[in-house]
Amino acid sequence: MDYLKVISDHADVPGGILQAFHAVQAGLGYLPKEVIAEAARVFKISTADAHGVASFYSMFSVNSRGKNVIRICESAPCHVAGAAEVVAALERELGIKMGESTANGLFALEFTECVGQCQATPVITVNGKPYLDVKPAQIPSIIAEYS
Amino acid sequence: MINLTIDGIQVSVPKGSTILQAAAQAGIRIPTLCWHPDQAVKANCRICVCEVEGNRLLQAACSTPVTDGMVVKTKTPKVIEARTMILELILANHPQDCLNCIRNQNCELQDLAAEYFIRDNPFENKTRGYELDRSTPSIVRDQNKCVLCRRCIDACSVTQSVYALGLENRGVSSMVVPTLGEPLIESPCVMCGQCIHACPVGAIYENEQIDELLAAIADPDKVVVTQIAPAVRVALGEEIGMKTGDLPMEVLVNGLRQVGFDYVLHTNFTADLTIIEEGNELLKRLKEGGTLPMFTSCSPGWINFCETFYPDLIDNLSTCKSPQQMFGALVKTYWAEKMNIDPGNIYSVSIMPCTAKKYEASRPEMCDSGYRDVDLVLTTREIGRLFRMSGIDFSKLAPSQFDPWMGQYTGAAVIFGATGGVMEAALRTVYEIVTEQELQDVNFRMVRGMEGIKEAEVDLNGTVVKVAVAHGLSNARKVMDQVRAGQCDYHFIEIMACPGGCIGGGGQPITKANAKRAERIDAIYIEDEGLPIRKSHNNPEVKMIYNELLHEPLGYKSHELLHTHYQFKNKKYL
Repeated sequence: MDYLKVISDHADVPGGILQAFHAVQAGLGYLPKEVIAEAARVFKISTADAHGVASFYSMFSVNSRGKNVIRICESAPCHVAGAAEVVAALERELGIKMGESTANGLFALEFTECVGQCQATPVITVNGKPYLDVKPAQIPSIIAEYS
Repeated sequence: MINLTIDGIQVSVPKGSTILQAAAQAGIRIPTLCWHPDQAVKANCRICVCEVEGNRLLQAACSTPVTDGMVVKTKTPKVIEARTMILELILANHPQDCLNCIRNQNCELQDLAAEYFIRDNPFENKTRGYELDRSTPSIVRDQNKCVLCRRCIDACSVTQSVYALGLENRGVSSMVVPTLGEPLIESPCVMCGQCIHACPVGAIYENEQIDELLAAIADPDKVVVTQIAPAVRVALGEEIGMKTGDLPMEVLVNGLRQVGFDYVLHTNFTADLTIIEEGNELLKRLKEGGTLPMFTSCSPGWINFCETFYPDLIDNLSTCKSPQQMFGALVKTYWAEKMNIDPGNIYSVSIMPCTAKKYEASRPEMCDSGYRDVDLVLTTREIGRLFRMSGIDFSKLAPSQFDPWMGQYTGAAVIFGATGGVMEAALRTVYEIVTEQELQDVNFRMVRGMEGIKEAEVDLNGTVVKVAVAHGLSNARKVMDQVRAGQCDYHFIEIMACPGGCIGGGGQPITKANAKRAERIDAIYIEDEGLPIRKSHNNPEVKMIYNELLHEPLGYKSHELLHTHYQFKNKKYL
């Protein structure tokens, strides 16, 4: 993708660096160093500060990662509802640990804070789409949707 | 004025004051950690919390403005419990190795832990497992010790406008990192070391090389020769229990002999030489239409800054090497010949107020003597440690003179240590060269002092020379932006990377406030006033080296040994 254009398109938006980061990440899956440095230049802040912004928010990744990002809530309601078993099922099915990406570049496993669906815990999201009341047995079929 | 009560004491303070300021006026010290006297309030460590009547929660004294009738309590059981727990939590992921730490006995966290008698920390100690960053020859970073106060970020960004440090991640995983989390050498860091002064603990420090000196002293084949920068003396006393400026130069010389240096010479000698070369370079540029304004080139942090951020203005930099590097090139040529010593056996050590000098000495082009010109650079702090270890009582040590050929100096060299000093020293000489008259009052007071940017006009027999002086790189940046935009008509600009000039250098005794820098500046001008010769061109040994070796300023030999060139530091990310 032409990240130079994506960033410059947001140059005049107040606080546009966040929207620019979202837009670049939607295309590249993460925020490479060149993107952070270019955003710093366009938004007239230091690269150190732009890196601070990019690394502060859990929805941004500054490291290259799998294309489909699976997140599991690590807040208390999901924890009580058995999130640990769902985590174990995800790790087993994908053969990676939380925070890692699969070797074929298809999946990344991350924790997230509460996603606001506490009526139906545990919750996972795949590329932002929520799956509610998830049971470990459902994991293979959820993953199959994206394989 | 606002009237309030702190611990039962009535205080009246100006509107806008904080509880911390009001308490200080009432004679009550509230503990601080992230607060810094010369920086903006951060209020992130919370160690200064107090009870304020009418508030359910404790308030941070550093950031809470006083209001009329406010009732503050600074040491209730609730306050002490909160402060104790804050310290216990910080200490829970701080390495428990104070005995081995470079900041042992000079650490704000250690002081607080002692003050609040932290004994059995209920929280398990878990250190964070970061590797040391030793990527630069000047500065070492130990993120394990970081308390996340962010004072270093403020020093690097606000004071120095270098922006090499920033905060990464969030919450418990927050960490201060160089640009993009890369090693420091990849960042735009100029190695000025102001972050070291800002750090309350041992998370940032100089690349300590005392062992290399001791090894050279122990080697019978090596002739260990030292040079001392002018800013070192005024501050070194602070490291050995003396007041700023109180350590006499001749006693310092003997101290250096006592710890094993074979010959003690002075960077001031080459500071005087710098003035002759740089003064003539300025006159040549004025006469022949060279690149103006000319920038001074003594401060290696400033050179790094110019090479990194203003590569388009590199031609404005004086080609004169810094006094350290002029000395290095001469000690293994001119001096070695005078002393009949094989230059290959000379181990040339410079004692500097500066961390960037360690880098400067390692620049590959600094080998004009045929050897590495300066073998080792030690900071004032490192020599202070050596002096403490030596067991010498400096109040009883007899004075001793500098060794010959490169030890004499004038007041003009001494003031190199303070902001405005190089400019003043140059003006003392340039005035006499141009006017061919004796300068009666050598004091150019308009370029002295802690004001960030100073300007002056000097009339040299009808030719008006406009000069500017900036110290601290954020001030330098303002001046550079004007130069780049063609918005100023200065002829000569002195820039020092560190606030206050070299007396505030990154290698000086840990300096917690600019007030200390001002004290050291006073000591510098007192030394200048007391010297019999105060103009560089009247230094007898400088006259001798022109007679015997250099023959003329900017001559063939000068270019070979005393001048240098610069290059664009193409940092990937600024």
